[in-house]
Amino acid sequence: MSATVLPGTVVPAQHVNLKLGPGLVQRSDAGEAGPSIITTRTGTLNHSSNGSKWWVESNSRRYVPAPQESVIGVVVQKVGDGFRVDIGAAHSASLDGLAFEGATKRNKPNLKIGCLVYARVSLAHKDMEPELECFDAQTRKSEGFGEVKGGFLVRCSLKMCRNLLDPKHFLLPLLGARFPLEAAVGMNGRVWVNAKEPKQIIAISRCIEAVDPDGGGIDEAGIKAFLGTLDI
Amino acid sequence: MRPPSPSIPEKDFLYTSLKESLRLDGRLPMELRTPTLTFGDDLGWVECSLGKTRVLAQVEGKMVKPPPERPYEGIITIHPEISPMASSEYEPGRPSDEEVTITRMLDKVLKRSDAVDKESLCILAGQRVWHIRLTLHFLAVAGNMLDCACLAGIVALKHFRRPDVEVIGDEVTVHEPTERAPIPLAIHHTPFCFTFAFFPDSTIPPVLDPSQLEQRLSAGLISIALNAQRELCVLQKLGGVPLEPDEVLKIVAIAVQKAKELNSIVDARLREDWEGRHVEVR
Repeated sequence: MSATVLPGTVVPAQHVNLKLGPGLVQRSDAGEAGPSIITTRTGTLNHSSNGSKWWVESNSRRYVPAPQESVIGVVVQKVGDGFRVDIGAAHSASLDGLAFEGATKRNKPNLKIGCLVYARVSLAHKDMEPELECFDAQTRKSEGFGEVKGGFLVRCSLKMCRNLLDPKHFLLPLLGARFPLEAAVGMNGRVWVNAKEPKQIIAISRCIEAVDPDGGGIDEAGIKAFLGTLDI
Repeated sequence: MRPPSPSIPEKDFLYTSLKESLRLDGRLPMELRTPTLTFGDDLGWVECSLGKTRVLAQVEGKMVKPPPERPYEGIITIHPEISPMASSEYEPGRPSDEEVTITRMLDKVLKRSDAVDKESLCILAGQRVWHIRLTLHFLAVAGNMLDCACLAGIVALKHFRRPDVEVIGDEVTVHEPTERAPIPLAIHHTPFCFTFAFFPDSTIPPVLDPSQLEQRLSAGLISIALNAQRELCVLQKLGGVPLEPDEVLKIVAIAVQKAKELNSIVDARLREDWEGRHVEVR
């Protein structure tokens, strides 16, 4: 059940444990019915079946950092003990040198300028520099975070990244059935991919661009036909 | 706001795949992106796109008094406008190096190569000439703005029609487009620009029509402007990797072939658009 909304639409969301997702804010108005829920984005309004979770589904290319999201960043500078990483947001993020698994003061990772890291946003506020971590907060183990070597970086829209992270989406299993591949999907519109041969990596990159809602949004049958024309 | 340099994996992968003659968008090394030309309602309004790079060109004409040193020629001015709409690295008001290069190259290709006959723009010697103003807006940048801009410019000049003017003695009468059909500009030849990118590793062959990443990671660019009659207008190489003479000649040969193809595409599109505008008055 979804309706297209514009920013500023009042949403009739009422629940005891109401959770508001992206695109919704609560305005503590001194209105007749108390605080009201207003949309801040254009998109489709969705809610969970029991009405406790509401959100607005929209697409864009510019990332706004939010905590607990995994992102792919490019190291741009070494600052004292840590690094400054570009994640495609308004500010560069800071990544502490000790925020890696098994890092101590004597044993810090040696990241070069220009290398890619898969990290988790630990702190994000509107006007502050976001902070990144390269381990899972509870277990303090890397869980796949850290520097990623080789491969290639593909840029796509934010909706495409969310689609790729969805286990029910068709693209990555379809490509994985044809040849072995590795992928790290960042929520900031960047996907790192790796496969054995360059033409396989190029095929993945072109498929992601083709399925991206911004660039046409081809469906499964279209991608199968497209893969047939590529030489892999 | 300059975007950051490409990351190490992107750089390494680009060089590795170019060594095997594989380009990231699946093109052949010497393949041009197919240009798409969209004409607007006004004559002289054309939007040209090469893949994701889009440039809008608009031609306007007005009558002015010519400068005293050149009383028999019309005036043609070219105004490229790059705004942050094209990409966040371009700031309004402060021309970057790339913008200056593009302005100079457009000047050389469209004005100094005498593509448009200026003497035919003269209405009344010493008193009234046509001032043709070509404005180019860069809408989106995905590599190779220069070729797209040159193509949009020359197609807009070919598409434009100026009002018919009648001169009796010293009296000048401008006829409305509804009274008398407007006249096309006198174009001597149609120059097209082709940009090739070279890479620091000399085993990697040059590529035609570089994309955004290829342009960022190239060691040098060479731009050749020529027309379909194999006449070279401009050859520009701005620094970068030194080239052997036979490499340059090979590139010129490829550019000649592409110019012929592009010329037929442009002619076909212009004819198609003109048929659509054909109005029969009975």
